[in-house]
Amino acid sequence: MAKIAVLERKCTGCSLCVKNCPFSAIDMKDGRPELNAACKVCGICVKTCPEQAIVKLETRVESVDKSKWRDILVFAEVSAGRLHPVGLELIGKARELAEPLDFKVKAVLVGENLKPCAEELRHFGVSEIAVYDDPALSYFRADVYASCVEDYIRFARPSVVLVGATSLGRSLAPRLSTRFHTGLTADCTKLELRENSDLVQIRPAFGGNIMAQIVTENTRPQFATVRYKVMNPPVRSEKAEGNVLFRSLPKAVLESRTSCVSSTPLPPKKSISDAEILVVGGRGLQKEADLSMIRELAALLGGDWATTRPLVEKGWSTNDRQIGLSGRTVRPRLIITCGVSGAIQFTSCMNASDHIVAINTDRSAPIFSVAHIAIVDDLYRVVPELIRMLKEEQA
Amino acid sequence: MNIFVCIKQVPATNKVQVDEKTGVLKRSGVAGKMNPYDLYALETALRLREKHGGTVTVGTMGPPQAQAIIREAYMMGADEGYVFSDRRLGGADVLATGYTLSQAIRSVGDFDLILCGKQTTDGDTAQVGPAIAEYLGIPHAAWVSRLEVRGDGVDAEQQLQDVVETVHMPFPCLVTVEQDIYMPRLPSLKKAREIGDKPVHVQGLESFLDQDESHYGLTGSATQVERIFPPQDDTEHEVWEDGNSAEKLKAVLKRWKFI
Ligand SMILES: Cc1cc2nc3c(=O)[nH]c(=O)nc-3n(C[C@H](O)[C@H](O)[C@H](O)COP(=O)(O)OP(=O)(O)OC[C@H]3O[C@@H](n4cnc5c(N)ncnc54)[C@H](O)[C@@H]3O)c2cc1C
Ligand SMILES: Nc1ncnc2c1ncn2[C@@H]1O[C@H](COP(=O)(O)O)[C@@H](O)[C@H]1O
Repeated sequence: MAKIAVLERKCTGCSLCVKNCPFSAIDMKDGRPELNAACKVCGICVKTCPEQAIVKLETRVESVDKSKWRDILVFAEVSAGRLHPVGLELIGKARELAEPLDFKVKAVLVGENLKPCAEELRHFGVSEIAVYDDPALSYFRADVYASCVEDYIRFARPSVVLVGATSLGRSLAPRLSTRFHTGLTADCTKLELRENSDLVQIRPAFGGNIMAQIVTENTRPQFATVRYKVMNPPVRSEKAEGNVLFRSLPKAVLESRTSCVSSTPLPPKKSISDAEILVVGGRGLQKEADLSMIRELAALLGGDWATTRPLVEKGWSTNDRQIGLSGRTVRPRLIITCGVSGAIQFTSCMNASDHIVAINTDRSAPIFSVAHIAIVDDLYRVVPELIRMLKEEQA
Repeated sequence: MNIFVCIKQVPATNKVQVDEKTGVLKRSGVAGKMNPYDLYALETALRLREKHGGTVTVGTMGPPQAQAIIREAYMMGADEGYVFSDRRLGGADVLATGYTLSQAIRSVGDFDLILCGKQTTDGDTAQVGPAIAEYLGIPHAAWVSRLEVRGDGVDAEQQLQDVVETVHMPFPCLVTVEQDIYMPRLPSLKKAREIGDKPVHVQGLESFLDQDESHYGLTGSATQVERIFPPQDDTEHEVWEDGNSAEKLKAVLKRWKFI
C-alpha cells in the first residue's frame, strides 16, 4: 500500500488540500497539513496541490494472500462507441484460463453511453460487466480511466487483469498496475494460469530474438497486455447472460487536470489487421512500380496488401501497411509473402495466420520455417503467372 | 520552462546475453547506444527550449558507462545530465524503474515537463513513462505526435484507435512522444568542443527522498523472469522447388476455398 507524505520544503500551508479531501482525512497542524486515519490514499490531494508538495510514497506488503484474489477481469476498450475486438479476444482467452480454476470472467467498460456495448458483451460468457458511464469519461484521460478500473478492482478483487495492447490500453495499464504496486507484462503472446493462480506470461524480448517467461509471484492482481489478433475471439452465443453492474464515482475522482481540446473521429480506416487475405511484398521487389503486382494479386483474391519495413523506409509504402514488431500484428486466414526473407521481427507478427504461403528464391530463407507452403521460385515468374490464371478464370 | 528528458542506454545489437540464474541482462561488455526513440524526446525538448527558453536536463538510470549517452545528449544541446547509478537499482522491472525515475527526477529539481521516448528497444514495454507519471501524481499523454505550449501547459495530440485526441495538460505533466514528432538532430562536433569535459552528475540512492532500498532494483520489482528461451518452430511445411508453382498454387488456393 502507498502512503501520502507532505514535502516540508514546498508546502506553503495554503490548506487547499484540507478543503479538497473528499474523506476529511487532512487536518492543519502548526500550519502544515497532517493526514489522519481516514486517508484512503485516493491521491486527490497529490493531484490538486498547487505546489506539488504532496506526494505518494510506496510501502510494501511482504506477501499476498492469493486465495483472496479470484477471477479474471478484462478491460473492454470502447472506441468511438464500439467495442474494440481485442477485448472479445481477451475474454475468449480468459474463459480458457479460468475454467480449470473455477474462476469467473468479468469485464469492465469505461466511457459514455455504454449500454449497447454492455448489452453486446452479455453474449460472450462473462459473469459480470461493470460499467462506468459518465459524460466526464467521454474522452480518454489515463488518470481518471485508471480510477474507474481501480475502483472495480478493489471491489471485485480479480487475480488477473487483461488489457488490450492498444495505444489506449498501453497508456492506461501502467498507471493501474502502479497504483496496485504490482507487476505488468507488456505484449504477451502466450498466457497460462497455474494451479496457485500465478499467471505465466510469455512475451518476445529483444525484437523477438528471444522469448521471456515472466511471473508476478508476490503481488495481486497480475496485469498483462496482449496485442490485437494474438488470441482467438470467442463465438458469440445467442443467449445473453451476465450481470450488468452500473457503478459511479464521486465527481472529484472523475476530475482530472487534463482537458480535451479536440477529439476527431478518424474515418474507419481499413486496417491490414482486419484483412482475411493478405499479399505481402518484401525487398525482393526491385522497384516501386512492381508493387502494383502485389496489389493486383491482393485485389483478385479479394484481400489487402502489406509490406515489410524496408519498403516503408524507402517510402514505397506506409507504416499502417507494415507488418512486424514496429508495425502491425496480423492474423489473416491466408497470407502470401513475396520476396520476404522472414526476419524474426516480421514473422513474430504474422506466424499465427491460418495459411502461410511464401515465395522466395533463397532455399534457406527463414520465412520458409514458418510457411506452410514454401515456394522456392522467382516471384517475378510466379506472381504474374498466377495473376494471369486468376484473370482467365474470372473472365 | 524546465524540461527533464528520460533517456536510456540500450545494447547496440539485439544479440544479448542473459544471466541464467536471475534472468537479468548482462549489460557489461556490450556496446551501448542511446535508445533511438529517446532521440525524438530529446529533440522535442530542444525545440521547445529554442522557442520558449528554459533548460533541458537529461537523466538515465543505468550503469556508470551510461554516461556515454549523457555526453551524446550534451552534444545535441542538453544543459545538464544525470546518471542514476547504484548497485541497488539493478534488475528493475517497470514498477521499480518507474518508481526509481520518479524519485530521481524529484531529487534533481522541479520540472514543468517530463518527456520520454515511446518505448525502448530492449525493455520494449512503452510502460515506464506512464508509470513515472503515476508515481509523480501528474497527468500524462502517450504516443504524442504533436506538442505545443499553450498558456500554463501543453496541448498534446495523441492518436488512439479511431480518434485523434488533443488534450491540454497544465504543468507539470509527462508526455511520451512518437517518432514522427520531429527529426532528431545529429550530435555536433562544434558542441563537443564547446562542452569539453563538462561533467556528468552521477548519483545513487542516497540522493533520493525514499531511501528504503527494498523499493528499488530487483527486490522492488513485482515481476520475475523465470526463463528465457529461443522462439520455437513447429510448423509442418511443404517445399516446392521444381517450378510450375503458379499452377500448383492456384490449385491449393482452390482447395482451401480462397478462389
Ligand atoms: C527493432 C527492430 C524492429 C523491426 N521491425 C520490423 C517490422 O516491424 N517489420 C519488418 O518487416 N521488419 C522489421 N525489422 C527489420 C527486419 O529485421 C528485416 O530487416 C526486414 O523484415 C527484412 O525485410 P525483407 O524481408 O523485405 O527484406 P530482405 O531481408 O532483404 O529480404 C528480401 C528477400 O527477398 C528474396 N528475393 C529477392 N529477389 C527475389 C525474387 N525475384 N523472387 C523471390 N524472392 C526474392 C531474397 O532471397 C530475400 O530473402 C525490424 C528490425 C529491428 C532491429
Ligand atoms: N532506465 C531508464 N532510464 C531513463 N529512462 C528510461 C529508462 N527506462 C525507460 N526509460 C524511459 O521510458 C521510455 C519507455 O521505456 P520502456 O517502457 O522500457 O519501453 C523510454 O523511451 C525512456 O524515455
